[in-house]
Amino acid sequence: MNQPSPRNILRWFDPRHRQPGTWAFILNRITALGLTLYLAMHLIVLGKLAQGPAAYDSFVALAHSPLVKIGEMLVIAAGILHGLNGLRVAITSLGFATRYQRQLLWASTILSGILILIFARAMFLGG
Amino acid sequence: MPTLWKITLEILRQRQNQPPHVELFELEVDPDENVLDCIERVWAFHDRSLTFRHACHHSTCGACGMRVNGVEKLTCITPVREVTHPNGVLRVEPLRNFPVLSDLVVDVSGFFQRMEQTQLSSIAPLSQAKLPFEPNPPTIWQGQRLIDCIECGLCVSACPAANTSTSYFGPAVLAAAQHVYRQTNNPTVMQLVNCADGLWRCHSAYECSAVCPSNVDPAWRIMDMRRATVAHSLRNIFKRPNQKVAP
Repeated sequence: MNQPSPRNILRWFDPRHRQPGTWAFILNRITALGLTLYLAMHLIVLGKLAQGPAAYDSFVALAHSPLVKIGEMLVIAAGILHGLNGLRVAITSLGFATRYQRQLLWASTILSGILILIFARAMFLGG
Repeated sequence: MPTLWKITLEILRQRQNQPPHVELFELEVDPDENVLDCIERVWAFHDRSLTFRHACHHSTCGACGMRVNGVEKLTCITPVREVTHPNGVLRVEPLRNFPVLSDLVVDVSGFFQRMEQTQLSSIAPLSQAKLPFEPNPPTIWQGQRLIDCIECGLCVSACPAANTSTSYFGPAVLAAAQHVYRQTNNPTVMQLVNCADGLWRCHSAYECSAVCPSNVDPAWRIMDMRRATVAHSLRNIFKRPNQKVAP
């Protein structure tokens, strides 16, 4: 239990007693898993094109349901959070602005929040 | 006479190859005492079989690193009032990512062997013992001093990458390698850490620098070493074949 082991992987997702760097680390992994799941679902849906217009049309009708819209919003949010935090990690991981990683984290989180709100407004209010 | 706090000291106890269990000790402590004082009191007045490491009591030896309420701390310099409150709980556990020998004592031999591979000297000239972005010491006295790393292992315990990889060098070793490389430009040190289990295993959680009690800033040193390694590799690409140097 106390020694390193790949079986400890769930500890990666435990934010208790840890600082913002770990919260960003956890968020990046959750959003990466979400985006990977979305990619798989996206490929499955694209596969419906091969099944003809009827199969694809029935999916397009489903895509207008509120639940799918919320799912799409989650994908956009995950992409923004993962992308901007990924930029922060890429910059600081090569020795640039490493001392300011925490400030970069807050900046990327605030910017993510603003972009998510803009997208949410466009998706749900049509503006 | 200081106001005493009643606290419950929870100690995770374990003998080798036996399942761990928690033992509770009710104590009355001065909140300005350090956590190590509480543990010593348990040993002195409650249970002489409790095992823990300690030596200097002033954050120089790095022996008393433990997890206090889930956070890696040097217990000799952690006042009780900083980590709990009156009638509160103080949970003490051994460092993570090291084999437990007994109770709060972990086996740090593998960690020390890896540190030795970097050939880190425990003393350095004043100007090289500090982080490069810190102000230079006064020039009136040009001596040497002990370097900041006390090899306590707190950074290894806090690191998520060290949690899951048995072969990862860990933050302290990588920081030591950076320190040596920046002092000596020795390419074998870069070669040692330029691998998947070295510099490139770090996942940028920055926990090592958050828990370091001694101003080493391992995360900064890891990233700086990465930059040096990438720059070295890029330079090598544009050199003629007969000018290329390892790694």
